[in-house]
Amino acid sequence: MHSSALAGTPFKIQDPFNKGKIVAEYGVANAQIELTEKDDKIIEFRSVGFAVEGFRILAGIDLAVTRGETLVLLGESGCGKTTTLKLINRLIEPTEGEVLVNGRSTLAVDAVELRRGIGYVLQEGGLFPHMTAAENVGLPLRLAGRDRASIESRVAEMLELVDLEPERFAARFPHELSGGQRQRLGVARALVADPDLLLLDEPFGALDALTRAALQQEFARIVRELGKTAVFVTHDLHEAMLLGSRIALMEKGRIVFLGTPKDFAASTLPLARAYLETVEL
Amino acid sequence: MSFLDFITANWRELIMLTREHIVIVMLSTAFAVALGLPLGVLLTRVRSLQVPVLGFANVMQTVPSLALFGLLIPLPFIGGIGARTAVIALALYALLPVIRNTVTGILGIDPKIREAAVAMGMTDSERLRLVELPLAAPVILTGIRVAVVISVGVATVAAAVGAGGLGTYIFRGLRQNDNNLLIAGAVASALLALLFDLALGQIERSFAIAERAQRNRRRIIGVGIVGALSAFAVIGGFGGFQSVVSRSGELPATRERIVVGSKDFTESIILAEILAQMLEGEGFAVERQFELGGNLPHDSLLANAIDVYPEYTGTAFTAILKRDPITDPEAVYRETAEAYEKDFGLVLSPPLGFANDFAILIRGDVAREQSLRTISDAVPVSRGWQAGFGQDFMSRADGYSGFARAYGFAFARQPREMDLSLTYRALAAGELDIIAGNSTDGLISALDLFQLADDRRFFPPYEAVFVARKEKAEVLRPAFERLRNAISTKEMRKMNLEVDGNKRQPREVAAEWLRVN
Repeated sequence: MHSSALAGTPFKIQDPFNKGKIVAEYGVANAQIELTEKDDKIIEFRSVGFAVEGFRILAGIDLAVTRGETLVLLGESGCGKTTTLKLINRLIEPTEGEVLVNGRSTLAVDAVELRRGIGYVLQEGGLFPHMTAAENVGLPLRLAGRDRASIESRVAEMLELVDLEPERFAARFPHELSGGQRQRLGVARALVADPDLLLLDEPFGALDALTRAALQQEFARIVRELGKTAVFVTHDLHEAMLLGSRIALMEKGRIVFLGTPKDFAASTLPLARAYLETVEL
Repeated sequence: MSFLDFITANWRELIMLTREHIVIVMLSTAFAVALGLPLGVLLTRVRSLQVPVLGFANVMQTVPSLALFGLLIPLPFIGGIGARTAVIALALYALLPVIRNTVTGILGIDPKIREAAVAMGMTDSERLRLVELPLAAPVILTGIRVAVVISVGVATVAAAVGAGGLGTYIFRGLRQNDNNLLIAGAVASALLALLFDLALGQIERSFAIAERAQRNRRRIIGVGIVGALSAFAVIGGFGGFQSVVSRSGELPATRERIVVGSKDFTESIILAEILAQMLEGEGFAVERQFELGGNLPHDSLLANAIDVYPEYTGTAFTAILKRDPITDPEAVYRETAEAYEKDFGLVLSPPLGFANDFAILIRGDVAREQSLRTISDAVPVSRGWQAGFGQDFMSRADGYSGFARAYGFAFARQPREMDLSLTYRALAAGELDIIAGNSTDGLISALDLFQLADDRRFFPPYEAVFVARKEKAEVLRPAFERLRNAISTKEMRKMNLEVDGNKRQPREVAAEWLRVN
């Protein structure tokens, strides 16, 4: 595996046309992540392929996610990054190779059990519109059969964690919240059952720039504080650089680059350069 | 009689019919939901079933209601006549909106929400219970609401299979040319439909996420109305109901039970009532299954749902045996009796003494002004006339096509095909100029109509008889003998007029005839 000690090292991107001008600074948010056990693989893809009715969507995916890191799957729409994510909690099943979570093939364990141990956040949070904020967040605990009192206190704790005061927000319905608040709720719900692993599918994609920036910072803080492992799908390089301890760049169903943000910044790969140019304005 | 007087005199019956109506609608809806909801859920899981199941439900709904009732009668267990058949037919009608809206409601949920539910580790039943059904509830409830409103309407037609309900008033009103009956039946069923619509609309909206503030108020209103309607329908039991429980047999088991049926027009009801009262006089337990539409009495006889009903030889000969019309009354009677015995195992009673032939009718003033006496007289002046006939007359061999050919009628306009009882009113009102009625109809004199003579003897004779199942022939024999040639055409017309014109009960008119004969 690539030296993960570098993962958290802050670095800067310079403006290529104006030497010395810093256009972006990355690696600060996850500077604290220490990958102590290099071989503690929580997720492993072994020659994974996925095809629907003969149409290849993923091919030859080999990938390991180490406990505690935030791996970003970066790429254009249709490159296969969301498909890769859904293979982890078995929303879809590989047609070639195998996906291992905690050392066991996802097909060898009960799908419901597997999913209950993994937090999942979608764009707009994937909240249930007929349930209040508190009911939404508490649902994974309810499914796990926890008693009402412990659910209530845990929900309040989670709402605090994502900066939504329980007194004001617990009884509100999703349509009574802003996009950013809904997204916070989605994160709270994904974390409520204390899973080791978080999967996020473009969670901040639909938010305005300022809200997005605030949530990215907060997400980085939460992941850092709780020491969770996260796989994060985005098409936004800035977000990838900011949050990822490593970036997997995908193109046409394959991983074309895998490395730290710093390596990414130095990559000569045309697609990586094209992405970097979107930041280096 | 003013409408108010009518209501004052008949409110007990009106309430009983309304209660029957509610019970039929609620039972059928309950069946439709009990079957349709799980089926709808299944279709969202096994999508390949959608086409066949929705296709079936679609077809059920396109079958005309009276045809569906007719198709159900000969079926074992679910068929027969009375409220049970009506409930099943209505449930089949209500199935489509329930299934379709369950499928639409569940499949219409944002895929992201379903994905979130699955990814959270919900089992299929948890996802259904916690997410899909609550979110689909407004759409599913719309389906149920549509089903109920359709049922309230279609249930009026169910009166044709002896199911009771408000349709009884509507059919009777059409037949007897009585607006009070029509209005009472129609207004009461319209009110029921509105009440159900209001109640279910409130319940449906209480599930709408944007209207949570009013949720409890809406539920109280909705559930309250439905609760009040069901309480109204069942309080005090079903004792007064004619049909819902009539087959449960409260009659003493020691006496032999005879089920007397009738067709859905006045004369048939009076004849059936005369026989029923005679049999009661002889000590039999009589169950009345009156006002069966179309050829349902014949089907019911074959299905053992009734034992005996009044029929006409001409109808039996042409419409049921499908023979070509002949004009000799004795030949028709003889051939019909033989064929009935051989083909169906049914027995004909001796002729009752009168014939109810097709009567070609025009307005009395027209007949007098133009001195028209026979059908042939009318042919030359009839080109510009608007003819109107009942469905029966339009479709049968001895009906319109043969009649027009035999006399050489060439109407400029296509005859209107409409309900028989409505043609009388339309003729009297000048909307129609010539119709085919029944020669014994009391309305002929009541509405000043004139019967043109069948000078070419085109129409086969329609002698009145009873048709009975062979097993009951022996016990019915004394009554049949007593009725042999006992009723003249004049008497029959008078009795019809008593009911249709003077709005008296067939029961009374029949009892009166029995007193003097």
